[in-house]
Amino acid sequence: MMATIRIDNQEIPFTPGQTIMDAALAAGVYIPHLCHYPGLTPNGNCRLCMVETGNHSVAACITPAVAGQEIRNNTPELNAARTAITQMLFVEGNHICPSCEKTGNCKLQAMAYHLGMLDDHFPQFYQRRELDASHPDILLDRSRCILCDLCVRASREVDNKNVFAIAGRGTNAHLIVNSPSGKLTDSAIAATDLAATVCPVGAVMIKEQGYQVPIGQRIYDCRTIRETGLQEHIDNKNDN
Amino acid sequence: MTSSCLHNSSDPPREHLLHRLYAVQRQYRHISPQAMQRIADEFHLPLSQVASVVAFYAFFSTQPLGRFHILFSNCTSCGYLANGENLLQLLCKQLQTSPGKTRTDELVSIDETSCIGQCDHGASLLVNGIPIAGLNSEKITQIAQLIATAIPLDAWPAHWFEIRDAVHRRELLLTTQPTPGSALRQALKQGIGKTLAEIRQSRLRGRGGAGFDTGTKWQLCREALGDARYVVCNADEGEPGTFKDRVLLRIYAEALFEGMALCAFVIGATRGFIYLRGEYRHLLPHLLTALNRHRNQGLLGVNILGHAGFDFDIDIVAGAGAYICGEESALIESLEGKPGIPRIRPPFPVTHGYLGQPTAVNNVETLIAATHIVAHGSDRFNSVGTPQSPGTKILSVSGDCHSPGIYEYPFGVRIQQILDDCGADDAQAVQIGGPAGKLIAPADFNRAIGFEDLSTGGSFLVFGQQRDLLTIHHNFAHFFAHESCGFCTPCRVGTQLLKNTLANIAAGRGSACDPKELQQLGQIIQRQSHCGLGHSAANHVLDGLQQFPQTFSSHLKQSFSARFDLDQSLASARQLTHRDDADAHLDNG
Repeated sequence: MMATIRIDNQEIPFTPGQTIMDAALAAGVYIPHLCHYPGLTPNGNCRLCMVETGNHSVAACITPAVAGQEIRNNTPELNAARTAITQMLFVEGNHICPSCEKTGNCKLQAMAYHLGMLDDHFPQFYQRRELDASHPDILLDRSRCILCDLCVRASREVDNKNVFAIAGRGTNAHLIVNSPSGKLTDSAIAATDLAATVCPVGAVMIKEQGYQVPIGQRIYDCRTIRETGLQEHIDNKNDN
Repeated sequence: MTSSCLHNSSDPPREHLLHRLYAVQRQYRHISPQAMQRIADEFHLPLSQVASVVAFYAFFSTQPLGRFHILFSNCTSCGYLANGENLLQLLCKQLQTSPGKTRTDELVSIDETSCIGQCDHGASLLVNGIPIAGLNSEKITQIAQLIATAIPLDAWPAHWFEIRDAVHRRELLLTTQPTPGSALRQALKQGIGKTLAEIRQSRLRGRGGAGFDTGTKWQLCREALGDARYVVCNADEGEPGTFKDRVLLRIYAEALFEGMALCAFVIGATRGFIYLRGEYRHLLPHLLTALNRHRNQGLLGVNILGHAGFDFDIDIVAGAGAYICGEESALIESLEGKPGIPRIRPPFPVTHGYLGQPTAVNNVETLIAATHIVAHGSDRFNSVGTPQSPGTKILSVSGDCHSPGIYEYPFGVRIQQILDDCGADDAQAVQIGGPAGKLIAPADFNRAIGFEDLSTGGSFLVFGQQRDLLTIHHNFAHFFAHESCGFCTPCRVGTQLLKNTLANIAAGRGSACDPKELQQLGQIIQRQSHCGLGHSAANHVLDGLQQFPQTFSSHLKQSFSARFDLDQSLASARQLTHRDDADAHLDNG
């Protein structure tokens, strides 16, 4: 018989080596997440997937499932904490939803909808962050970056290029480009790379595609992040 | 001295990346993009890794620093405000420069840094990495004159650079200097099993604050599968108010080396590292001399004490200004030449540490205690302390007291006893274990130091009646916001929000809802963060709200007030329009 964990009193099977997140997603149980993308190495930085087991809060995406674990996930307290964390991400960057090309396709925005977030709550940081429009096909706007590390991992693990890294401490943390000039155009990135398309927000975007799909018909105009989040998976060609 | 070698490539540089960057910084007073590229090529590393390391550590700069680079501590005990006046501003004014900027002639740059571990000597600074303690306005004026006339450091008054170690109370560890080699000889005589059993029987627990059982750690490391094993000494005591390792490294370095060799003997390691905080780099020459002396006595190297096959040696790696590297997995990342971002745990360093191999990371004091235990037996160690916390704890006492310094006590000592001994007559509060620890009020002064009650890495900050605790909270919040590694959202953003909210209250713009805000924010940072830094960053605020609510409430406005100063927010508009007349200001009346 397969070992199981319980999430919000629902029995969920898992195989050894799976994280709580792996087991939950496989069973169709949604745990909110932004920095996790099945198929890439989990990183645990966004902290939206925090769940409780016993007296501990753990990030579901990096915590191994252990037989018999009792896990609390979809509770008012945890969703309140998730809302606060989403608000933190909003005020830290400069998120310009109404005029952002990513609106409707943005996971941060979709997460805010999912959690019923109605305001920023915290005062805005208004940080000045560098924009890199040097690449002919790809735009990098650090103002909208949430430091989720997905492009870093996608470039290393799938594209085999190592184009991005995160540098700097605290709120000075920022995305850097691994090229002599530090500019995207001098890096090895291509518009077909996963690193160019995996960005959950409007920080790394393919140019000249912003309005191909009209507002109202975009991903999260039609489906919730819960629905898409249960289906996403990257087939890493390097795994084969 | 053997050098660090962290690379698998065919012609690896023999130097640690942090040391190479330090050398470039020292020579050129900054690390340029060209230098980063050159170093990346030398070390066969991606340029982005070198750039992210430079950006991570506070002591590296991409902009040229002054020929005299001054870093004032901003700790509540050895900071530039510690003797009641703003010494940083004073020096800036006298040298006509401003904090954080290099003067245009590149003669001098002045900035602030987290605690530099001189808390027993009042306001202190580092000038080109060398500490000067006991600052006051006269000394600052003298320093300004020496810099203005470009007098080289070796011609500055020599006594300014003497570090005095005030040890006021000695117990088990500080009463005797163990004969070098006595513990190792005993270990070789009794064998690995008996040596480990002795450590286990002593029930020695980590002295860094977390208190993990040392014998268990060594045993787990010994049993873990791996190609190599490593001993790491965590000499990155960055908790503001801690300076006991500074004293231990100066006076008991050889007992530390011996403790590391004992650990190596037990776990089967051939290599060890001392990760020395960048603020203590000035101790490096002394430590290297002591290491050589130790080697010459046959206590390190090949066939230690003539025991065939017992090979072990120690490298020292100096950090470069990052409190987070005191977290053991961040420390290991730093040892590997990366930014100090805490790893995902499990797996723990005992199974997957340095280069993915089993690694025992121990505090300086823990390793010295291990030497003592093997040399003198666990019974003697167990004879002091409490049943749950055997042995002694070395405390770094500072703040508002007559005799700041080092105090070694048996575990179980009451807070009031320590306050009496150090001459703290009017303490309104004590911060046990530094900003990450616990803030306690007089009602709790009968509580005891020990793993079962008040656990501490050793920082003991006394705050007298005249202190404004809100200033202390703001100082601590600034510290955590500055030292957060930036990896996870609640700590990266939350510590900044905590700092801003406290600054707001201190500026008289706090509202009645702010204590509740602080409480909720503090709990999110505490519960949802990735590592110990985040888990403890809000402790002081949560303790303060509970123990000293008036600290916050007395500063609050009773009616609504905006979180920001509207008039001040218009400053940039005034600047752009070249106006500063009365009509360009809000009527605040």
